[in-house]
Amino acid sequence: MNKKLWLVLRWVFLAVVLISIYLPIMLIIVYSFSSERNIGSDSGFGDFTFSLYGRLFQNDLLMEATLNTLGIGLASALLATFIGTFTAVGLYYMRKGKKAVNLVSQVTVVNAEIVTAVGFLLLSIFLRDVIQIPIEKGVLWLIITHTVLTTPYVILTVSPRLNQLNPNLYEAGLDLGARPMRTLFTVIMPQLIGGMVSGFALAFTLSLDDFVVTNLNKGTSGVNTISTYVYDNLKRNLDPAIRALSTIIFVIVLVVLIVFNIIKNKKAKAEQSASKPLGK
Amino acid sequence: MKLKNLALRKGNDFRPTFFAFPYVAICFIFVVLPLILVLVYAFRDTDGSFTLNNFRDVLTAGNLKLLLKTVGIALLTTVICLLIAYPTALILASKPFNKYVILALLFIIPMWMNFVLRIIALRSLLGIFGIDYGFGATIIGMVYDFLPFMLLPIYTVLMDMDKSYIEASTDLGANSVITFFKVTLPLSLKGIVSGITMVFMPVFSAYAITGMLGDTDTTIIGGKIHELFVNADVWGIGSAMSFVLLILVFATMFIGNLFGKREAGAKAAVKGGTNE
Repeated sequence: MNKKLWLVLRWVFLAVVLISIYLPIMLIIVYSFSSERNIGSDSGFGDFTFSLYGRLFQNDLLMEATLNTLGIGLASALLATFIGTFTAVGLYYMRKGKKAVNLVSQVTVVNAEIVTAVGFLLLSIFLRDVIQIPIEKGVLWLIITHTVLTTPYVILTVSPRLNQLNPNLYEAGLDLGARPMRTLFTVIMPQLIGGMVSGFALAFTLSLDDFVVTNLNKGTSGVNTISTYVYDNLKRNLDPAIRALSTIIFVIVLVVLIVFNIIKNKKAKAEQSASKPLGK
Repeated sequence: MKLKNLALRKGNDFRPTFFAFPYVAICFIFVVLPLILVLVYAFRDTDGSFTLNNFRDVLTAGNLKLLLKTVGIALLTTVICLLIAYPTALILASKPFNKYVILALLFIIPMWMNFVLRIIALRSLLGIFGIDYGFGATIIGMVYDFLPFMLLPIYTVLMDMDKSYIEASTDLGANSVITFFKVTLPLSLKGIVSGITMVFMPVFSAYAITGMLGDTDTTIIGGKIHELFVNADVWGIGSAMSFVLLILVFATMFIGNLFGKREAGAKAAVKGGTNE
């Protein structure tokens, strides 16, 4: 009896936390089908309609911000994955200076984001005025800064995979007559794909979620991401179509993560059964 | 045979360290140089001469109060996150619950959704409940945003923990309370420390949340620095304040490292020196 009560209590605790987490999101999803301009206004829910979804695609500024967010996220995550993977391989073979490079790359991870943002802003001025590189704050600059911001995370995801690799693989490649470089690209690198995918996903979501660096480095030419667009328009008049956008984003995140996890579990199970001794 | 040996020896000498060189250059330009620039601006007058005036302007009573308030908000957020996340992680990693991977995933999913969108969703909910924007709403928002970052490392550590320690403790006659404080809690300390580092310091920069849920009284240092650079256009003072924040970051990092090392040492001792 006591044990059963304890189990129920634990379920209740989890349920309360889960409901608190999802209540705001559910509210937005429900109201994305409402004709009401404001949530919880005295007039209630209004009519059920898809009009906010239509409205979303007519809001040019919001659409542009969404495309900017995705474009900057994809470009910077690809760059970060590329640079991060090569760096991880280089660091793996490095004897001297490895610690120093790791330490410096960690600075971006542990530093307060606002200080990083200020640093990037001052750097853009320095590059433009002192070095005379015609760099303007905007999409390109945001891609560069987001790449710098996310590369350490890719290194952090890829490095452990390198350490787990069987060193004999490399020897085997050489024994079979491949040159070191070729062995590296055809034997070692393919083993890192799992780490690269995780690193890419991490870099991509970090870029999508970024606000502080973007807000100080987007320039004054009206470049916005979803985060800065919403923040800037909140005080004025935020388009209720943002509820439709939130719903779409939430559904995509949910589907991607659940599918990804199902695949991962299946793979883990397959590996488990493959590694079982014969006859069992 | 000779050829093969040659190849082997050559292969063993082969160290593509130069793969890391581009990133070393990137680090210098985009990580080290910006920090130097912050330093330069902090000690530079508008006419370019050396000055300490920026620091005099930063270390005012008002700004110290601002810093203290930020530390307070960060501490409160961290403690509340820990108080919610630890039991949640403990339950999720315990017996009937650890079978359901999707259940744990549900707690983490919001982390992947844009946080500004999540905060305006929360804003609507608080509006319905009649909670005004201000200190309380800010704390709720901070906890709402940062909870997954506290939960994930603790949950990971608890799931990876060797459950035989708990069995051993029970076998040796300890009750569940003693087992928790003597075994589970110390073994999960690493997760707690990384959870704290993922919440405490980031709060300093989370001025988007105070902007959306707070009032004029809940300004935090991150927001103040942003303001100095954008609205007030006083970059020297902004840089000096960034510099102060930077020192704080390294101080907390140092303290975190102290704990981390002690924990790593303890873990190595427990595992009989077989560190992963």
